[in-house]
Amino acid sequence: MSDNPAIATFLDPKLVRDGLSRRKVLDQVFVIVGLLVMLVCLAILAVLFIDLVRDGSERFTWDFFTNFASRRAERAGILAAWVGTTLIMIVTAVCAVPVGVAAAIYLEEYAPKNWFTAIIEINVTNLAGVPSIVYGLLALGLFVYQFDLGQSIAAAGLTLALLILPIVIVATREAIRSVPNAIREAAYGLGATRWEVTKDHVLPYSTGGILTGMILGLSRAIGETAPIITIGALSFIAFLPESPFTSEFPFISFGWLNDPFTAMPIQMFNWVSRPDPAFQSNAAAAGAILLGMTLLMNGVAIWIRYRYRKKINW
Amino acid sequence: MRDRAVELLLLAAGLVAVFTTLAIVAILLIESSAFFEHVSIVEFLTGTMWTPLFADARYGILPLVAGTLTTTIVALLVAVPLGTLIAIYLSEFAPSRLRETVKPILELLGAVPTVVYGYFALTMVTPALQWLMPDLPGFNMLSAGLVIGLMIVPYVSSLSEDAMRAVPRYMREGSYAMGATRLQTALHVVVPGAFSGLAAAFILGISRAVGETMVVAIAAGMQPNFTFDPTQPAATITAYIVQVSLGDLPHGSVGYQSIFAAGLVLMIMTLVFNVIGFSLTRRFREAY
Repeated sequence: MSDNPAIATFLDPKLVRDGLSRRKVLDQVFVIVGLLVMLVCLAILAVLFIDLVRDGSERFTWDFFTNFASRRAERAGILAAWVGTTLIMIVTAVCAVPVGVAAAIYLEEYAPKNWFTAIIEINVTNLAGVPSIVYGLLALGLFVYQFDLGQSIAAAGLTLALLILPIVIVATREAIRSVPNAIREAAYGLGATRWEVTKDHVLPYSTGGILTGMILGLSRAIGETAPIITIGALSFIAFLPESPFTSEFPFISFGWLNDPFTAMPIQMFNWVSRPDPAFQSNAAAAGAILLGMTLLMNGVAIWIRYRYRKKINW
Repeated sequence: MRDRAVELLLLAAGLVAVFTTLAIVAILLIESSAFFEHVSIVEFLTGTMWTPLFADARYGILPLVAGTLTTTIVALLVAVPLGTLIAIYLSEFAPSRLRETVKPILELLGAVPTVVYGYFALTMVTPALQWLMPDLPGFNMLSAGLVIGLMIVPYVSSLSEDAMRAVPRYMREGSYAMGATRLQTALHVVVPGAFSGLAAAFILGISRAVGETMVVAIAAGMQPNFTFDPTQPAATITAYIVQVSLGDLPHGSVGYQSIFAAGLVLMIMTLVFNVIGFSLTRRFREAY
């Protein structure tokens, strides 16, 4: 044994054993604490959903879906809101997906490594960190007043499209990057051009990732409230936008793009901010539907990712 | 020839991102400069009264900044400990099956629409807090901050976990060989090794909390109030923008321009945090 008392404690078998068992207990304690904290977070998600469904349960009737907003809580419904949300999502998807996928293809397959490409990449990362309400201000100044779109479905759809563009780009880039280079080289070896390689080989293999990104983007857009409040969505609308289908040739009309609108999250916000408790049930019911849609979309995205990962074996 | 056309088309799509950034900066600057023709910058940055809707309109941004900082600090007090704890657990302790199951579910917490979180804060968290503190007003920053904190937990935990998993295996093995337990290894080797990554995760969490809108608009009240006391109702920068947008201020009025000036301040705040966060991430990437 050593004469130095500090070293002696390290060498005394009893002290070492005690210290070790104490440290092992701490280890176990941490496992329990970590598991508990995680379970609490998951439980909160469950409580949130159950609470919404319970508070809103009396409103889940057919009328709730087919009635317009009303001053009387029990007669109020979400017809204008869900129609508005659906139409906005169509505009958002039609604008964000092609642009986002094309930008991702450019960055992954075409872009030379230079300062110009670096600027585009920095911009995409930065845009993902811009608060959503700032997109609302952009839309208010640019779409609503400069482009004179007014407080319309088109303006809202474009705003949300810009908002989810970084999500679509990042997801598509990841999907494209996971396609092995051997595939590209095989196609080039047979004399395919860059675009043929991209279109016929890279894109088909990336479909799963692109779909996942698109759904995650839309699930983000569907719940966004702040930017569409900023462009001035009305919360009390008792009419529907112009129907997209007409009885005469060409059977399709785009008049609805210019119509004023409301959307699910706006309607919910409006009901939450009313002091009358009867409207809180309406808010809960609208929230449950909104949350249900978000969770469903995320679930589908996870499922697609899982299925494609299983199907492709490089 | 056709290949060239396709490339240009794809490039144009890529440029949309650049134009969006430019447009955001341009719109904020143009409308704000119109605003600063009516209101002096000094008064804007140092005034403690924000009463744009009164007859005697005063534009001092400090109450809104105070509200934003207070809710952000409360949110961080929740998100940083919980997020780090979950990240340490998932990265160092959890079996991989559990990790792969829990991570997507945890990420759902971040996907819940913020207006739903607002409802949650107002109708569940505030009453629960009032039961503990009977004097708490119906609108307060505490409840909003707590819920925002919860909302950014998955964000912080996911980025922190990535940072910790990037710490090379041999560093852990060295620690185990010295007789350290998993907890000691996690706290004394992995966390310091991933420190800059963790800091980046916290800072990106901050910029999330600063820009959060609906929870504060619903649960914290919309009255500007120059205080750092979280039990008080107050407005944040974002809540003010929502409040003005709900009314109908005419296009071109000083009130209308004021939301762009507020937005500019918000943008600068988040930009500063993002830049710090990204530079930390980059430094941490070069570590190994």
